[in-house]
Amino acid sequence: MKIAAAGSLESNDCYITVKESNDLQIEINSIVFDQFGNQIRKVIHDTLEELQITKIYVQCNDKGALDYTIKARLLTAIARMRGIHA
Amino acid sequence: MKNSLNRTIPNNGFLPYMGAFERIKANQRLCIPEVVSTNVDKLRQSIDVLFDEIPIVNGMTLSFHHHLRNGDYVLNMVTEVIKKRNLKNITIAPSAIFPIHAPLVELIEKENITKIYTNYMNGPVADAVSKGKLKELLVMDSHGGRPRAIESGELSIDVAFIAVPASDAFGNGNGIYGKSACGALGYAIADVKYAKNKIVITDYLVDKLDYIEIDGKYIDYVVKVDTIGDAKGIISGTTKPTKDPVQLKIAKDTAKLIEDLGYIKDGMSFQTGAGGTSLAVAEEMKKRMLNKHIKGSFASGGITSFLVEMQHLGLFERLYDVQCFDLEAVESYKSNPNHIPMNSSKYGNPYEVDPIVNQLDIVILGATEIDTSFNVNVTTDSHGRIIGGSGGHSDTAAGAKLTVITTNLIKSRMPIIKRNVTTITTPGETVDCVVTERGIAINPKRVDLLEKVKNTSLNIVTIDELLEIAHNITGVPNDIKSSDNMIGVIKYRDGSVIDTLYQMKGD
Amino acid sequence: MRRSLLFIPSNSPAMLQNADIFAADAIIFDLEDAVAITEKDAARILLDQYLNKFSLNQTEVIIRINSIDSEFGFDDLNKIVSDQIDTIMLPKASKEDLYILNEYLTKIELNKLLNKKIQVIPIIELASSIINLKEIASAPRVNGLLLGAEDLSTDLEVVRTEQGIEIQYARSVVVMYAKAFKIDAIDTPYINTKDEVGLVKDAQFASSLGMNAKACIHPNQIEVVNTVFSPSLKDVDHAKKVMMAYEQAQKEGKGAFSVDGKMVDKPIIERAKLLIKKAEKWGV
Repeated sequence: MKIAAAGSLESNDCYITVKESNDLQIEINSIVFDQFGNQIRKVIHDTLEELQITKIYVQCNDKGALDYTIKARLLTAIARMRGIHA
Repeated sequence: MKNSLNRTIPNNGFLPYMGAFERIKANQRLCIPEVVSTNVDKLRQSIDVLFDEIPIVNGMTLSFHHHLRNGDYVLNMVTEVIKKRNLKNITIAPSAIFPIHAPLVELIEKENITKIYTNYMNGPVADAVSKGKLKELLVMDSHGGRPRAIESGELSIDVAFIAVPASDAFGNGNGIYGKSACGALGYAIADVKYAKNKIVITDYLVDKLDYIEIDGKYIDYVVKVDTIGDAKGIISGTTKPTKDPVQLKIAKDTAKLIEDLGYIKDGMSFQTGAGGTSLAVAEEMKKRMLNKHIKGSFASGGITSFLVEMQHLGLFERLYDVQCFDLEAVESYKSNPNHIPMNSSKYGNPYEVDPIVNQLDIVILGATEIDTSFNVNVTTDSHGRIIGGSGGHSDTAAGAKLTVITTNLIKSRMPIIKRNVTTITTPGETVDCVVTERGIAINPKRVDLLEKVKNTSLNIVTIDELLEIAHNITGVPNDIKSSDNMIGVIKYRDGSVIDTLYQMKGD
Repeated sequence: MRRSLLFIPSNSPAMLQNADIFAADAIIFDLEDAVAITEKDAARILLDQYLNKFSLNQTEVIIRINSIDSEFGFDDLNKIVSDQIDTIMLPKASKEDLYILNEYLTKIELNKLLNKKIQVIPIIELASSIINLKEIASAPRVNGLLLGAEDLSTDLEVVRTEQGIEIQYARSVVVMYAKAFKIDAIDTPYINTKDEVGLVKDAQFASSLGMNAKACIHPNQIEVVNTVFSPSLKDVDHAKKVMMAYEQAQKEGKGAFSVDGKMVDKPIIERAKLLIKKAEKWGV
């Protein structure tokens, strides 16, 4: 099972774990879930779409990361999962 | 019912806020007679016996001060007795509630305690109240509004429990001696004068005191206990100045703003808090005052070692002290004749002839939220959880000639600026400037200040621009809808209701 | 023309997104020493995303890439070089590295159709760099030299001290070559971030040797560095005097003239012009 992670649990960062999967599953845990939960989900969705990934498990443990950080950590985790140098 | 800030307030007998100064101008000061004791033999064995003697029964209002902060044992001692006797419908009126007071939660849940009147709360008790566990409405007041309520009879206290670090058998006491020394006892004075029954609780009984801050003539009973509080918890009020580069920038810009506005001059007076950013601001003010050889008139508030040092350096003539935050402040209070006690009424009661807050030139305050009308929230977080309260916030903001709020613009993706704050603690008309790391906003009402900063190198923007800057970085947050269940009211210092507290959703 | 250059670790979102609020003339986004080896990929992507989202307006954007001898250097260049950045800072710079870097940057500029020519600041932190300063300072794209005293001391096998006698020569020779080739001489950062008095002394000393800028490793150092390396009001007034006298002399057809009893010739006029330019840029 290919699995990888990127980021951290520091303030303003997020820790993203990705795993190969048979379907699309996105789990979000955020300290600002009420205010930005849908926004976080959108960033993850949009990034997956850019990469044309339709099947993957993504877990995002967020400590107030801005959109660019969420996207970056997701891209990094996926690259690590694929064993590719960014 | 809506008040003048368009906030809904409960209908049952509350006066709506109608402006920061209108009610005060329109009304007279109201004072019930002081209550002097006729007791001669005041020493008692325990708190428990007094519950029989007075007696303390269901439905009574019991008050406490918070000079022992998160090291206080006294409120919990009384809580124990209430629990043991299973008294019901008790109102407690501590001037502040801290995490150490967690035992209250059980009594709230079991309706031993059904009402709370306080100026500040955080921790388990605040959480419990935020979740709707308190039977009656919570009343949150300010440090200046509480003595107003007590002296007018609005907050009628049956029994005041006064923790006093050093006391004689007659009830004369002070806060400067003993193992639980905490310095000034400014928040206790109104209770001492006007409560129906006054009990001093001390851990240091002496024959005679050279300095008296609590006048024994008002005291009915004196109880000696082992310890009234944890010294570490009492004296740990002051943090260190922040090292965070963003907050340091805010502190530097704040001092520069104050200077550019022309407020750094001889005779100036100044108040700031005890937190990391406040101390950094004090540090920057100190540098500028030393540079310009300024002699200020006074610094006030809760006094920290930093303010004591500034006074030693000759930067202030006097210190007006309502509470001491650390050991150095206590020592200075003890020995320095220019370190002067200030009871909470003299500090901020809007009906005092010339309260200290009205004499203040500059006050530097914090915020959990600010809105585009400059209203400030220091009571709740954006979920509606109670995490503080006015304390002296709304009093100093109303009185000071220059009110500056210092805050990060964004904290962990959350913009501190919103269209409408969750809870209004301090009204925007009393707030002059907001200093953030990405810009400084000045209340458009202060045309005089806007004129003065025309040529400054500081980044002056409008409050709406600040909101936009924040949203460009974080995205626009979803509004969190509060529940409809009213759990408390925020009183303005004149006794009117400026906003309502609602039960937190979920959990 | 810089005074202060602030190092920011590229793998820290909190630091990245606050980089722009400090008054540094340049930000050095660090992909090298500030980033753990296991996080080089994460830092690169995070920095790339950050630069796409945030514009730093007037502030110069410098990227300290990993050495091009390492496995990371070229990956850094491939990802990061874009119109969003101004300058590449090259660690352990050698003349060969600079040659390779120049070629590689030209290729990227063409491939990515960049609208600018990326500049380079080599870090002088090896004895071999010191003895090759002529080639390094004159290499294409180079518009400044940064002295890296900590690594240089290691290379010299000496202890790094507060006085700095062990890097005295290095400071002077970097200044010499920088001035000869009319590029910035940037002093090594002052390591003790809690000692403001020490920072002032160190910065003033560097300035007196001819350094015209200093790297900062903490935002709290920027104000001091900007002040030390800005022209003083007195200097600016004198420079304006010189320029006024020059214009007057020109009008009168005079070749030589004096200001305050001293003869003014071409170098002094050039210095005055540059000083006024700096003063205007930095609001003195």
